[in-house]
Amino acid sequence: MLGKKKVLLGGLSALVVGSLLAGCPPKKEALKTSAVGTDAASKVYVPPGKHDEFYVFFSGGFNGQVTVYGIPSGRILKVIKVFSVDPETGYGFTPETRPMLMTSHGFIPWDDTHHPWLSQTNGEHDGRWLFINANNTPRIARIDLTTFETTEIIEIPNSAGNHPSPYGTENTEYVVAGTRFSVPVPQKDVPIDSYAQNFKGTISFIKANEPGKMDVAFQILMPGFNYDLARCGRGPSHGWCFFTSYNTEQAHTLLEINASKNDKDYIAAINWKRAEECLSQGRFQEVPAVYYHNYYDEKKHMAVSEVKKSVKMINPKDCPGVAYLLPTPKSPHGVDVSDDGEYIVGGGKLATVIPIHSFSKMLKAIEQKAFEKEIDGVPVLKYDAVLHCEVEKPCLGPLHTEFDGKGFAYTSCFVSSEVVKYDYKGCKVVDRVPTYYSVGHLLIPGGDTKKPYGKYLVAMNKITKDRQLPVGPELLQSAQLYDISGEKMQLIHEFFTIGEPHYAQAIPADKIKDKIKKIYPLAENEHPYAVKAEKDARVERKGNEVHVYMTMIRSHFVPDNIEGIRVGDTVYFHVTNLEQDWDIPHGFAVKGSEEAEILVMPGQTKTLVWKPKAPGVYPFYCTDFCSALHQEMQGYVRVSPAGSNVPLRYYTGTPTTQK
Amino acid sequence: MNILSRGLLALASLLLILTYFLPLWRIELVAPQYPEGLRMFIWVNRITGGTEFDLYNINLLNHYIGMKPIEPEAIPELKILPFIIGFLIAFGLLSAILGKRVLLYAWVITFVLLGVAGLADFYKWGYDYGHNLNPNAPIKIPGLAYQPPLIGTKQLLNMLASSFPDVGGYIAVVSLFLGFLAIAIDLRFSETGKAEVKPA
Repeated sequence: MLGKKKVLLGGLSALVVGSLLAGCPPKKEALKTSAVGTDAASKVYVPPGKHDEFYVFFSGGFNGQVTVYGIPSGRILKVIKVFSVDPETGYGFTPETRPMLMTSHGFIPWDDTHHPWLSQTNGEHDGRWLFINANNTPRIARIDLTTFETTEIIEIPNSAGNHPSPYGTENTEYVVAGTRFSVPVPQKDVPIDSYAQNFKGTISFIKANEPGKMDVAFQILMPGFNYDLARCGRGPSHGWCFFTSYNTEQAHTLLEINASKNDKDYIAAINWKRAEECLSQGRFQEVPAVYYHNYYDEKKHMAVSEVKKSVKMINPKDCPGVAYLLPTPKSPHGVDVSDDGEYIVGGGKLATVIPIHSFSKMLKAIEQKAFEKEIDGVPVLKYDAVLHCEVEKPCLGPLHTEFDGKGFAYTSCFVSSEVVKYDYKGCKVVDRVPTYYSVGHLLIPGGDTKKPYGKYLVAMNKITKDRQLPVGPELLQSAQLYDISGEKMQLIHEFFTIGEPHYAQAIPADKIKDKIKKIYPLAENEHPYAVKAEKDARVERKGNEVHVYMTMIRSHFVPDNIEGIRVGDTVYFHVTNLEQDWDIPHGFAVKGSEEAEILVMPGQTKTLVWKPKAPGVYPFYCTDFCSALHQEMQGYVRVSPAGSNVPLRYYTGTPTTQK
Repeated sequence: MNILSRGLLALASLLLILTYFLPLWRIELVAPQYPEGLRMFIWVNRITGGTEFDLYNINLLNHYIGMKPIEPEAIPELKILPFIIGFLIAFGLLSAILGKRVLLYAWVITFVLLGVAGLADFYKWGYDYGHNLNPNAPIKIPGLAYQPPLIGTKQLLNMLASSFPDVGGYIAVVSLFLGFLAIAIDLRFSETGKAEVKPA
């Protein structure tokens, strides 16, 4: 049955592709070969020891991480742990970092990251922070680009499936969050088939410009649709953010069919400056909501959580002018604003055209009240009043668009596996190039800013069968690099990505690389359990808790012999790395640890919690090859039976007993 | 002394003031794992690293071969040197004012002697650091000492060690050169002076 259906669908889509591309169905051979030019290798070759031109940050999808690559080489640079625990560094395991993953649902060590967003100043990337969403348990994280570490996470209340997120405003005033799944707001126990009556959407604006102070500034109560992607305006459209929606049918089951009926869904246009006015005029409700804000203090080397108890909610009925709906064909995914801030391109994943709205026409339509109807207090504008044009026969399944700064837009097409390039003012397709295969988002460095770099395009492909050596049923996703500096797009490179990257952001290396922190200065270490000199290393017992204040440096621990631990104790190894040299972390692992190891950066303090279960002598050692005497960097902990009175004793070299 | 030589001597002395603000000497270590290099600067009264942490890291590496840690506070020369240079400046200025030829010679000779003594002392410290090693050092290579070169470049295990004057050092050299120049000009001037008084 299923097989038949697939064949039918496949045949059908081939037919549609054929007719759309003016009777020129792609040949099988064309799909197989990658049509790489002979000069491609030289365009992506970065000799050993030389640096790439751009950093690229790929979302890790279901692995909850961010992966950093260099382009054009496609070399991997780092995997940043964001919403996932990391047994390598102890992120999410250590008492210092566990608060980072706390939510109103408890400790959540996983999520689904989709859209990285680089902070901007005046509509250009400023290289300070990268934000990324957690789709499953709605959260937004801040990654500090001096350390490439996650330093802040805020939970989004009244939201489910934080998908249109965390796109931001041109000075990083806010990053946004919209709910993919509408749910009862506030949550309650109701029949699912009461969707139309009980389910609501929310769109949240999160204050983002001050590290440590992320906050849900306000939420807007929206009709119960699915909100999909977002983009905030720039230049003339600064002050507005746009969100695509689907399931305007308000279906709650078999959405594949039931949410694909309407010929047009909506792009929601939110005027956040108007929202700020309403807030100052008191046109909002303080709604009870429990959500977490977690912040990692780089001087204390410690994260703290605070629990927030309410959120400011704006109902568009009480704040006219805050939200409008722009009809857009059909189940739109991407909503992307051109570099000049005037054009809003919708990617209707089931549409046969690419609709382009005009921001100035939208303002005019609002002024003239060119409304079709109103849904839950939100006016729906007339399609013809806001439309700039429809790009005819672009491709199948247009998803997401970026701009090159030279008047061209590039849209990824999932179903027909290609990228189309078109003049978005003239509404004319000028080039197309295949991808291998099923492209989701695409990226042009700076392609979502006022000043795109317009040199490369990266396609993020979902399916890569036959593109790499097979490794079993699951294959990595691919990133394909295209040179877009000329008239024709040219495929020049392909590399494979970790997780399921949905979107990526790229920034010129020069904007970041000189700001990178190489060590944490020991003098600034304010961790309450830090020891900054070997002479201060010690072991202290407090009832059943034993605190080991330990130091590490090439190539020894102080202390490296500890006795007097008893079964039933909880041992806290607070380990400070005394190194002040770049790229010299030390690791710490103890036999039988049920958690992780810890990898401690120069000048940093981290804690490994260990509960020994049986008497004996347990080795611990450095796990990161640090020096010629790395293998000698080790020690022992003696564990005695519960209730025994072996005195607490610790030393490195010359034995001393605790006073 | 003629006026030009006196001026040069005064200039030579005043130039030495700059050595209080600029390092005299630099020692640099480069290894495969230290492509950016580790640097150590010797000033009239202190030793600093190329970065805030270079000295710390040099000492950390030195412990493998049993070299004593470099502790600038424990080096008595760094307490005396500012006064020695101060003396040279005062002596030079005074000589320039008095204009006695013998004082100019005395200044240059003192400078040369102090310079030789300084280099000899520096060599002695280098020798001591390089040879007087902890017998319990983890890395011991029979017959190998780790004395850095007095001037020049030398491979010490994986480290390429180089030792050269820095800006302050070159200024001292220039200052001494001006002293010699003052002598040369003074000699020449007095000879032509003699020639002039000869009857035609």
